[in-house]
Amino acid sequence: MELTRLPRLKSALKSRYPQLAVFIVMLVGYIFAILAGLIGTPVGSHNFSIVFVWIAWWAILILVAVPFFGRGWCAVCPIPLPGEWLQRGAILAPPNKKPKWLNLRVPKMFRNIWLQNISFLLLALFSSVLLTTPNITGIVLAVMLFAAIGLSAIFERRAFCRYLCPVGGFIGLYSQTAPIELRIKDRQVCAKCVGKPCYNGNENGYGCPWDVFPGGLAKNTYCGLCMECIRTCPHDNIAINLRPFSADLAKPSTRLDEAFKAFIMFGSAMIYAAVLLGSSGTLKDAAYNVGSAAWLVYAVVFLAIIFGVLPGLFTLGILRTKSNLPLKQRFAQLSTALIPLGLMFWVAFSLSFVLTNASYIIAALSDPLGLGWNLFGTANVAWQPMLTSILAPAQTLALVAGLVWSARTAQMSAKGAGVSASPVIVYCFVATSIMLWLLL
Amino acid sequence: MKRSELISRVFVIVGMILAVGAPLYFWKNTPLIHARMADDGGWSPDVIQAEVGKPLHLTFTSDDVVHGFAVGQMDMQSVDILPGKVTDVTLNFDKPGIYTFYCTRWCGLNHWRMRGRIEVSGASTDPEPASVPLYVSLGLNLDAPHDVPTIPSRSPSAIRGERLTTNLPIEQSANYYRSHSPYQVFDALKSTSLTEQQRWDVVAYLWQSNTTEESLANGKQLYAQNCAACHGENGAGDGVFADDLARAGEASMQTMSGADAMSMQKPADFTNPTRMLGASPALLQGKILRGGMGTGMPMWGSIFTEEQIWDLTTYLYSFQFQYQGVIQ
Repeated sequence: MELTRLPRLKSALKSRYPQLAVFIVMLVGYIFAILAGLIGTPVGSHNFSIVFVWIAWWAILILVAVPFFGRGWCAVCPIPLPGEWLQRGAILAPPNKKPKWLNLRVPKMFRNIWLQNISFLLLALFSSVLLTTPNITGIVLAVMLFAAIGLSAIFERRAFCRYLCPVGGFIGLYSQTAPIELRIKDRQVCAKCVGKPCYNGNENGYGCPWDVFPGGLAKNTYCGLCMECIRTCPHDNIAINLRPFSADLAKPSTRLDEAFKAFIMFGSAMIYAAVLLGSSGTLKDAAYNVGSAAWLVYAVVFLAIIFGVLPGLFTLGILRTKSNLPLKQRFAQLSTALIPLGLMFWVAFSLSFVLTNASYIIAALSDPLGLGWNLFGTANVAWQPMLTSILAPAQTLALVAGLVWSARTAQMSAKGAGVSASPVIVYCFVATSIMLWLLL
Repeated sequence: MKRSELISRVFVIVGMILAVGAPLYFWKNTPLIHARMADDGGWSPDVIQAEVGKPLHLTFTSDDVVHGFAVGQMDMQSVDILPGKVTDVTLNFDKPGIYTFYCTRWCGLNHWRMRGRIEVSGASTDPEPASVPLYVSLGLNLDAPHDVPTIPSRSPSAIRGERLTTNLPIEQSANYYRSHSPYQVFDALKSTSLTEQQRWDVVAYLWQSNTTEESLANGKQLYAQNCAACHGENGAGDGVFADDLARAGEASMQTMSGADAMSMQKPADFTNPTRMLGASPALLQGKILRGGMGTGMPMWGSIFTEEQIWDLTTYLYSFQFQYQGVIQ
């Protein structure tokens, strides 16, 4: 179903003003979150930066935005905006043909998501401190903002979003499962189009900030839903479509960076479940005491699980499958099955701490800095876990659904690779059982 | 530049100025007193100015764990200061001077270091001469050992002691009781025909007759709030911080002289008769008032009133003596 056939939606997407209004609100909120982290109460549960970033935003991102809108968050994310506006020398005006800054092309060796894998893991290793300490959160948010500005000053387009953002990598991976896509309507129109304004820009808008040629879009992974191509296409050949869930997974990727992203996210969800939701004080202390010997052991084990144990066992499983494809390609293709399962692992994990801590959002709304305000009369709302009776059934449902979804994905990708899906399904079953045990 | 671009830039710049300026403005203009565990800085600020006759409004917040706030030698209920929450307190001072405020919650090993002062200025309408504590006027050396050579075979009983006291030539005045240790009284009774245990029972009775139920109840409450964290609920020197204090003591005493110095870090055991029966109420008053002794014992002189310290000393002896019909 083509959503851009709805005239009001289409005109809202083509116009820059609704998007700008959202951008300004998001940017103000983001800067406020940085300030709140740096000067507000150091008590995380009462500080806007922790409560709105790691509880409210995370809940919206992982439970709603990614599963239903794919890169919907990237469409409104404020992080690249200051850099992009400075790079363009404009907020709204049509593009100036002269590049404002260096406008270099990102070197080929970095045009993949390995840097995103690394940046996510860096944050993941410090997550116990990051998720609970407002000033660390404030610093990390500020660093991301300035990194985006710095990269915009050096490289063309949104280099930060495309190659460095720790969040963008997994949003892209999981956006393949979303029931929404931006695609061209007619390939022939694009083939004949002169000047490719969707990529190079014209008087109506900028060339794709995500360095994607929309005419070749086959998957959601790297389309940031910024809507520039809808504005620039002179042939009205860009559409936003509703589609079945996980449509992109029918075309498995053969890239190792994406395959490892699947393992990183899949493994991190399991480790987080053990560390953040588990009952082991020793494990929590090790994860929290950054720089200590215990933390170093934790970091080594974390990385060993992500890069050694999980992909190692997966490889052992698929080694027995008979195929003409090289192992590397088989590994990448078959790991597609971990995408829906990983997403559902994150949904199940997030349900737990979001429902437990959601009441902090109501209190922090009235007193975001912990200065004793009571803006909406809710500052003294007591902490109260929500919907505890449905938590375990909802988590179980998410994991079982994830397993079924991944099994079907495994069957598809195995068929494409001409191998048996059984080892992958067994692998997913064992991992789901472990996750179920960790969460329940 | 197009008008739409100009307006957009204005909106963006105003938004960013608001996002940065508003929190900074409100943060700077909210005079919060931050409470942190002593290791992380304690009270901030820890010196507050006030004036006699003018209400002092204070707003507190805790940056880590639950703390409490109270002002020493002032008749006030302590208030809790919760992490991330703001607590308002209004104080009125009718006398100038320097008041000590302190944490009333066991917030950590160095909880007792969480202190600050309120400097109250203004004319005094009723100047009171400072009284010299009894331990000073008696010239007691608070740091001298006071172990006794002999201890009772069983816990001295005021009930048994009362029956034996009728015809004994002992002084029962408050001054006598406060300036003598139980052992000194026990020793003074050696010319009588009483057995050793009977003499200890008489001592227990003398101590009971110099206290009241109210005083003991008050002492018990003060002890529970302020002393039990280190000295233990039952006075055995085994409070929740005792082990940590010992460890911290060992760590800090590495350069000092030997095991004796280390053992000084242990909270005193009030159930130990060798130590307690050699201490007079005046000596205990001095130890509470001054603190120190090379240990983590805080100085309570600026916090407890004289009456509260006497209440506390009477309660400490209840770890040694069996009293009749009074709070144990």
